[in-house]
Amino acid sequence: MSKTRHIAARVDEIPPGSRKKVAIAGRDIALFNIAGDFFALGDKCPHESGSLCAGRIIGLAEADEPGKYRLSRDGEFVKCSWHGWEFDIRTGQSWCDPANTRVRAYEASIEPGAALIKGPYVAETYAVRVEENYVVIDL
Amino acid sequence: MCCGASMTQDLLDRPAPQRVGAREAQLGVIDCDIHPQAASPQDVLQFLPERWRDYAKTYSGLYRQALADTLSHPRMAPDVARADSWPPTGGLPGSDLAFMQKQHLDANNVEFGMLMPLNRGPGNQRNLEYGAALAGAVNDWQIAHWVERDKRLRASIVVTQEHPPFAIAEIEKRAGDTRFAQIMLPPKSLEPQGRRKYWPIYEAACAYKLPLALHVGGVNGYAPTASGWPSYYIEEQHTNVTGMLSLITSMVIEGVFEQFPALKVVLVEGGVAWAPSLKWRLDKHWKRLKSEAPHLRRLPSEYVHDHFWMTTQPLDEPDDGADLIEMFEMVGFDRIMFSTDYPHWDFDEPKFVIGKLRIGEEKLKRVLSGNARELYGLK
Repeated sequence: MSKTRHIAARVDEIPPGSRKKVAIAGRDIALFNIAGDFFALGDKCPHESGSLCAGRIIGLAEADEPGKYRLSRDGEFVKCSWHGWEFDIRTGQSWCDPANTRVRAYEASIEPGAALIKGPYVAETYAVRVEENYVVIDL
Repeated sequence: MCCGASMTQDLLDRPAPQRVGAREAQLGVIDCDIHPQAASPQDVLQFLPERWRDYAKTYSGLYRQALADTLSHPRMAPDVARADSWPPTGGLPGSDLAFMQKQHLDANNVEFGMLMPLNRGPGNQRNLEYGAALAGAVNDWQIAHWVERDKRLRASIVVTQEHPPFAIAEIEKRAGDTRFAQIMLPPKSLEPQGRRKYWPIYEAACAYKLPLALHVGGVNGYAPTASGWPSYYIEEQHTNVTGMLSLITSMVIEGVFEQFPALKVVLVEGGVAWAPSLKWRLDKHWKRLKSEAPHLRRLPSEYVHDHFWMTTQPLDEPDDGADLIEMFEMVGFDRIMFSTDYPHWDFDEPKFVIGKLRIGEEKLKRVLSGNARELYGLK
């Protein structure tokens, strides 16, 4: 099945470290910017359907033994706004139950308006301008 | 564990566990645990008599915890709340009725909602006169700010359980007002709940046909375990269960239900699945030790079944969903009542609970609304 290119947001709407919820083709999608790289996850926790976009962005707390703690990958995980299930923003993989649980991840990329304007694309809320950059999702 | 593309595909195609039939999803619920919050302390304190408004401003409350009128720790999320429950208009989660209606009462088809006000701790105030005045103010506030503005909501009569005469005066003031559904007691008390000190409150509850509701938690001046205070929130969270076990055991063994056979007790947010093992052990020991408590004329399990109702949230989540249903069968589907804990972080969505309880429409309706409708006489 061929995919359709959707304009999800303007790049300057989602500065590094932030997120934005968008609706594309009837699906709620949470867009994240980690240090300039964009990622898109379905905005629905597989547990009870809480919004991930409304959750806290966190790092990974790990311990090799009691009392030996470290925090890594700061800003690369999101914690569901309800029960705190943690997901890797880069992959949608669950941290607490990686074998059985993941949230839908979409390919997100950045395209300059000058390239997009030739089409084809679907822009549900954006009029594409040549001089802007956009977050694009193919689904 | 393989991580190949086919596995990923399987995972993505797996039906979400909370997905339920359209018909079931439309079923209304009675939510036995909703936490209203004051947008500002003045919302509640304005209902105090002038003497106590002045007192609150000058001295504030003195109850059994450090840092009065605060949460001692954030408990997972600021204000213990779902991160998406902060009203767009500002203020604390659970403080804006219009937002609560939009996010919860309307969205989740709530037919009735039981208010469980947790703040300001009237029941734990050491200045008893202030505690009694504060209980009255919290009760007036529930009516004025909530029940009068949304007819689906019902208030809980907050009382000073450490001084039963004041508690009874407050119960008598509210008795007959059907906007109040029950009497709310903190499960952390100076003596175990079955002790005779508290019996006058139970007598009043029976006289006015009001169930008692005990919601887990409470202020941190009471040690949650027999060896004091745990190190982690996850541990403290589990003391909600052990607290309920102690509470039931005390009320049953002290003979509360022999003295007050009409008394009904709702345990809120303490779980359900532990009830069968508690009943088995109490029965076993009673058979051997009944001469110590000859006032008990029935099996402890019979008192438990006849007098206690339990709420669903936070739902136990065994790996095999069939285990949950089997456990609920053992507890008794006639004693389990749906609750969400809105707007707290460990909220349970109705569709999630419905998805876990594949038990047929009759039993499902009992849990979602029927048991509560019957217990509280809701029409």
